[in-house]
Amino acid sequence: MPEKARIRAEADRLRAVFEASGAEVVEFDILQPAETLLDLYGEDIRGRAFVTHDPLQGEMMLRPDFTVPLVSRLVREGRREGRFTYAGEVFRRQEQAPDRDAEYLQVGFEIVGGAPAEADAEVFATMADALEPLGLMASMGDIGLLGDAVEGLTASAARKAALRHHLWRPKRFRKLLDAYSGKGKVSAGRRALLDAGSKKTSNAVEIGLRSASEVRARIEALQAEANEPPIPGAEVKLIDMLTGVRGRAPDALSMLADIAVDLPAIEAGVGRFESRLDALSALGVDVDAIQFDASYGRTSLEYYDGVVFGFSAPARPDLPPVATGGRYDALTRALGDPIPAVGGVIRPGIAIALRAL
Amino acid sequence: MLKLGVPSKGRLMDKTFDWFGQRGVALALSGGEREYAGSVDGVEGVSLVLLSAGEIPRELAAGRIHLGVTGTDMVREKLAFWDARVEEIERLGFGGADLVIAVPDFWSDVETLDDLDAAASAFRAEHGHRLRIATKYHRLVREFLQEAGVSDYQLVDSQGATEGTVANLTAEAIADITSTGETLRANHLRVLGDGLVLKSQATIFRSRAASWTPAIRATWRELAKCLKIETGDE
Repeated sequence: MPEKARIRAEADRLRAVFEASGAEVVEFDILQPAETLLDLYGEDIRGRAFVTHDPLQGEMMLRPDFTVPLVSRLVREGRREGRFTYAGEVFRRQEQAPDRDAEYLQVGFEIVGGAPAEADAEVFATMADALEPLGLMASMGDIGLLGDAVEGLTASAARKAALRHHLWRPKRFRKLLDAYSGKGKVSAGRRALLDAGSKKTSNAVEIGLRSASEVRARIEALQAEANEPPIPGAEVKLIDMLTGVRGRAPDALSMLADIAVDLPAIEAGVGRFESRLDALSALGVDVDAIQFDASYGRTSLEYYDGVVFGFSAPARPDLPPVATGGRYDALTRALGDPIPAVGGVIRPGIAIALRAL
Repeated sequence: MLKLGVPSKGRLMDKTFDWFGQRGVALALSGGEREYAGSVDGVEGVSLVLLSAGEIPRELAAGRIHLGVTGTDMVREKLAFWDARVEEIERLGFGGADLVIAVPDFWSDVETLDDLDAAASAFRAEHGHRLRIATKYHRLVREFLQEAGVSDYQLVDSQGATEGTVANLTAEAIADITSTGETLRANHLRVLGDGLVLKSQATIFRSRAASWTPAIRATWRELAKCLKIETGDE
């Protein structure tokens, strides 16, 4: 059988597995309106997706994933519950990695609504089952813990909002955290601006849509920010400890529980993580074999704000993960309806490549 | 024939002709000034191809010309993995320009990229759309801002008169080439302290895809000797 046909057959097989778990088969157009995706991901998506143009419909994108079209449809139809599966091509520009495929099949399994711990465990276990014979390594993270930790910082709402906004951009997050904890340097120009404040008159001509009152508002925000006491170093250290947690899932759980003693904001999150592990064990998953990394998926899974996971082949670090997924409540919220949802995708092409070994 | 691509008009063409002329290689337009055909005197076997500076990277990457004179900015913007596809041979010392991010001068709260990010978030909350940055250098600017962690912006295409887009309300900031900063100042714009994306100048590039036959290599060695360029290919 030619390679492509074998991958297609594997995709069909996997979709049938998910269908047998009660998922409804859904289909989506390859051409998707660019607006929703651009609104969610901004310019970053333009670097990753193929953008094309239709004279009547405007800017369109070759489907870079299925989750956004699925959630958009659910929001449109007002559905808040269900389980879904799909199989089809996605398209990704590979400017930074020319040896990676720009077009490949994805098979997904998504659970919308329901009890979160059980749904997370079920998506994970169903995927693990479907990929069982490949001897994959399972990784897991939980971006929700970091979100909770930010909420618990001794900081103003403005500082917390800025940190939360950059959860998925670790470098920028770090810079903000440094600045807020008194490690940042204040330039002479900024010092002068803070001292003079909005009283300072500028001769510069006011142009553009961003108005002088918006500039004044930000100067006031900067002054308020400058007068705020720094975030205590001990709290920053706890954030660093949290993002550095890695190890076998049960070990990670006890490390997290230790951190939670000094960082009570993550107590509930640690409880959530524990209930995930319990739900996984109840489904027969060996949680000892799951590698936990608190920073897993932090740069690549924007809007995934809970448990995230992936399956990859330890012997083939050159290949992308066979499967990835997680909880994306932040995505449904951003698309207009805060429905709890979790899901994952398998790349049948990678599964086939591993089977050939 | 060794095909040499040079910019087909303006100061960049004049300066290129001067630079080669000073080294005994006379480039000239054949026929009238409006005809895009040219000649090379001083070295046998070189043919002149007049092209828009923006198209020279593409022609080099496709191997349709052996050598090309254009700005570093053009090559880096238009060619992913540019150094795998062309080789930088010689910087010519003219056509110097910086690709910079500039904002309205009256934005006294925005000095750095970090400020731009914060201002963009507030702008998006206020106006319901991302802060627009007008440019024709989409790839370079996107990579630069992504590296800096700036979010809540979008690029809007502007192929000319980019400095005017802010006053015309089609963008809130710009990313463009500037040499003296004169045009920016005249349009009430100011470069961010850490807003330098790339320093560019006119440069000779060699195509890695073109067919380099022994005869063409010999011609290139001859040309390089005139131009006092080390070829590493003796």
